[in-house]
Amino acid sequence: MTQEKLDRLEQLITDRLPELARERLADALIVRVTPETLVATMTRLRDDPELNFTQMVDLTGVHYPQREKPLEVVYQLLSVHKNHRLRVKLAVDEQTPVPSVIDVWWCADWFERETYEMFGILFSGHPDLRRLLTDYDFEGYPLRKDFPLSGLTEVRYDPAQRRVIRQSLQMVHPNREPYQANPS
Amino acid sequence: MGVIEAVQQEVSERGILLASADKLVNWARTGSMWPMTFGLACCAVEFMHAGAARYDLDRFGMVPRASPRQSDVIFVAGTLTHKMAPVLRKLYDQMPEPRWVISMGSCANGGGYYHHGYSVVRGCDCIIPVDIFIPGCPPTAEAFLYGILQLHKKVHRTNTLYSGWGASGVTESRGVRT
Repeated sequence: MTQEKLDRLEQLITDRLPELARERLADALIVRVTPETLVATMTRLRDDPELNFTQMVDLTGVHYPQREKPLEVVYQLLSVHKNHRLRVKLAVDEQTPVPSVIDVWWCADWFERETYEMFGILFSGHPDLRRLLTDYDFEGYPLRKDFPLSGLTEVRYDPAQRRVIRQSLQMVHPNREPYQANPS
Repeated sequence: MGVIEAVQQEVSERGILLASADKLVNWARTGSMWPMTFGLACCAVEFMHAGAARYDLDRFGMVPRASPRQSDVIFVAGTLTHKMAPVLRKLYDQMPEPRWVISMGSCANGGGYYHHGYSVVRGCDCIIPVDIFIPGCPPTAEAFLYGILQLHKKVHRTNTLYSGWGASGVTESRGVRT
């Protein structure tokens, strides 16, 4: 976005939602919200005719282990009619649930499922908060910084039980020497 | 008594038909080796290239089947994830014998690019016994075709009637560890 457009958007946000903390990057405007104000803020951002953020393009998480509230949810909003974008950030800890924005943007459904699966961020009010991509009995949150790269388990076929089993990570494979998991 | 059993008995008693009958059976098997469509990732696109007009798998009597019950060979074409591994084993178990497996591409051979990942099987030979490994990321259609011809060679080497009909020696490879 051009600087003029960013200035205009920042002015709009300042006028209409003055309580939000703002942050300006070279090419983006970021606002910070709290779990309490999230849904009301998002609804205003969507319904205000000047802001008009009718699309949520992306919802994801970030893990900052050194912070007091180590997890962050990031929403990317787009207004097609006004041709401007906004980034909304929300910091939480592992236990605090984030209200689901599924009533504001229906597409948040799978985004929130994936964010829950990858970071362990809980979304309250989500109708079906299951894991989305990983195996059915998968444990752990892979995109957290403390999750080992090679995971905790591996699968192989067990001829004795005649089925595919999940075992703890061994990194031993046919015709290959055992070696160290999780290269740094 | 079926024809095969009769031939087998004849062979075990007199040892006359052996060589030519084996050749006949192997010719028939390599001449119509129906693959199962099991595309997991980009390797499946090279599989499609091999099946399309220029390389034309139909020349070898290979008609892709969508059912494991009708197929002789399965191409593991792409990244095998933990979630998909039981499915692959189930499909392999449903294939009628004799059956063959071609592992296509780095991911299926040994995890490839995702070898150290938390959700990828480090080689599909941890799940099913593999006959031919085709290297490449993805292998070209030519490499894929070469792998199929190698499998044909391997099938021509097997002495089916001598070792018994449906004997378990057919798909032995470096295989699944016990």
